[in-house]
Amino acid sequence: MNTETNSIRVEIAGENALIIYFGDKTDPRVSSQVQQAVTILETELNGKLIDMVPSYASLLVIYDQLATDHLEVRRCIRELLSKLDNSESSEGNLVILPAYYSTESGPDLEALAQRADLSIEEVIKIHSEMEYRVYAIGFAPGFAYLGEVDARIAAPRLATPRTKVPRGAIAIADRQTAVYPAVSPGGWNLIGLCPTRMFDPKAEPTMPVQVGDRVRFNPISREEFFAQGGELGEIR
Amino acid sequence: MSGFKVVQPGLMTLIQDAGRFGHHRIGLTTGGPLDALAFKWANRLVDNPVNTTALEISFGGLVLLAETDAQIVLAGAQMPLKINGVEQDRWHAHRIKAGDKIEVGFSAQGARAYLAVSGGFQVEHSFSSSATVTREGIGGFTGEKLKQGDYLNCKPPMKHKGYRLPETHRPDYSDNVTLRVITGYQQQAFSDYQKRLFFSSEYKVTDRADRMGYRLAGPEVKPALDGILSEGICHGAIQIPADGQPIVLLNDRQTIGGYPKIGSMIALDTARMAQMLPGSRISFDEISIDDAHNLHCLAHIRFNNTEPEPVD
Repeated sequence: MNTETNSIRVEIAGENALIIYFGDKTDPRVSSQVQQAVTILETELNGKLIDMVPSYASLLVIYDQLATDHLEVRRCIRELLSKLDNSESSEGNLVILPAYYSTESGPDLEALAQRADLSIEEVIKIHSEMEYRVYAIGFAPGFAYLGEVDARIAAPRLATPRTKVPRGAIAIADRQTAVYPAVSPGGWNLIGLCPTRMFDPKAEPTMPVQVGDRVRFNPISREEFFAQGGELGEIR
Repeated sequence: MSGFKVVQPGLMTLIQDAGRFGHHRIGLTTGGPLDALAFKWANRLVDNPVNTTALEISFGGLVLLAETDAQIVLAGAQMPLKINGVEQDRWHAHRIKAGDKIEVGFSAQGARAYLAVSGGFQVEHSFSSSATVTREGIGGFTGEKLKQGDYLNCKPPMKHKGYRLPETHRPDYSDNVTLRVITGYQQQAFSDYQKRLFFSSEYKVTDRADRMGYRLAGPEVKPALDGILSEGICHGAIQIPADGQPIVLLNDRQTIGGYPKIGSMIALDTARMAQMLPGSRISFDEISIDDAHNLHCLAHIRFNNTEPEPVD
């Protein structure tokens, strides 16, 4: 066992759920272990699982109490941990998301640049040069937490969340970035808009990304944004 | 078309099946009935498979006009059921004819009742379920609660049986109960004193109690942590935000979150809690995961081996 696996803990979450902690901070290596665990447990506990929730450094495993119990699931997890040692770290797909960065599409871009003592162009360059990892999906259907944003453009959540953030809004909160999959309330700093639908119940697949994938934003012009079906939407 | 016209939708009536499972990875929650036992009984009393699409009526006020012959049943909270103005027994299947008016009044005790129809309501599935989650805009009719003028399609089978559940088997929805909690998650971040406080105090159901979660009010419980890296939240998880007031997360919860959790309430008891109205008092009992597992399996066996009585 290497040092990483020694720090893995399993805790009870609920009557039919265990949670595996692979670490306690945002780290691509830890995230990769979470992904491997999802794949292995799906096979090992086939037909006995109800659902799984992978997140930054943990995996919630929800099982069917009429088909298995916490003892068997714990044993499977122990076996899984020995397999993790030998696996290569997983590299998800690279997904390019078009991004129309501007003060029109990103009402917080200017304030964020000022606070960071950077020009708007520099903020855009820093945000779009980084390759992000999808650490978790949650909050709302299709909301993918991407990390980590360069520390220079990290920004705290707004003191007063907006009541209406448009679909496609590219946003930053602390060292996380995301694209709002639907119109919703939100307290993240808006820096642009993405014309790609992040969640479409009628599409297959429903989402362009999954946990473990890599994402890069590709700056596009206003014209390209509209040509790709983008809409400005209402911000309140 | 055959089915039911929604004359009056009630405060919140939702199309539900057993829930949406296997889609947490794209951020979809489970939805489904808050009181799974009453929901399953409703379906069984009209001879449906237990996960058939039915209506969850919160607090009452639903009026339907039948445009089909069918059997219907109302199970769960004490909402008076009237068919063509005549009060009828709950937990009891009733034959109705096209033209009949079905009224579900406001609850005398309990908060959720389930109206099932023989053959089930025919609703398009999204992500393998008809369960309505309004927060996500998914399931039911475009993810919304029932509105006046909605039409509930159904195709009642030609021959169907109806049953009644003897009174001794009907759950009681009295208040002031002790609900069972398994300690887990960040429980180590709660000192022995904080845990004793939690398990020995009485909490009140606040008016911020909905399908997402029940906010409780009582002595403040403080973990040694402010927040954690966002992680998966299971059904019944008890989250303790900065104000120290517990929130028990239910069917429409967010799938991930970053508040410390002391443990989780068992599903048999979240069902009881979801029948309580604001102001009800509850307290908690600690239970082991082994005991919780046994209780769940026993409840399943009890349900399967309780024979309802055939009617007409």
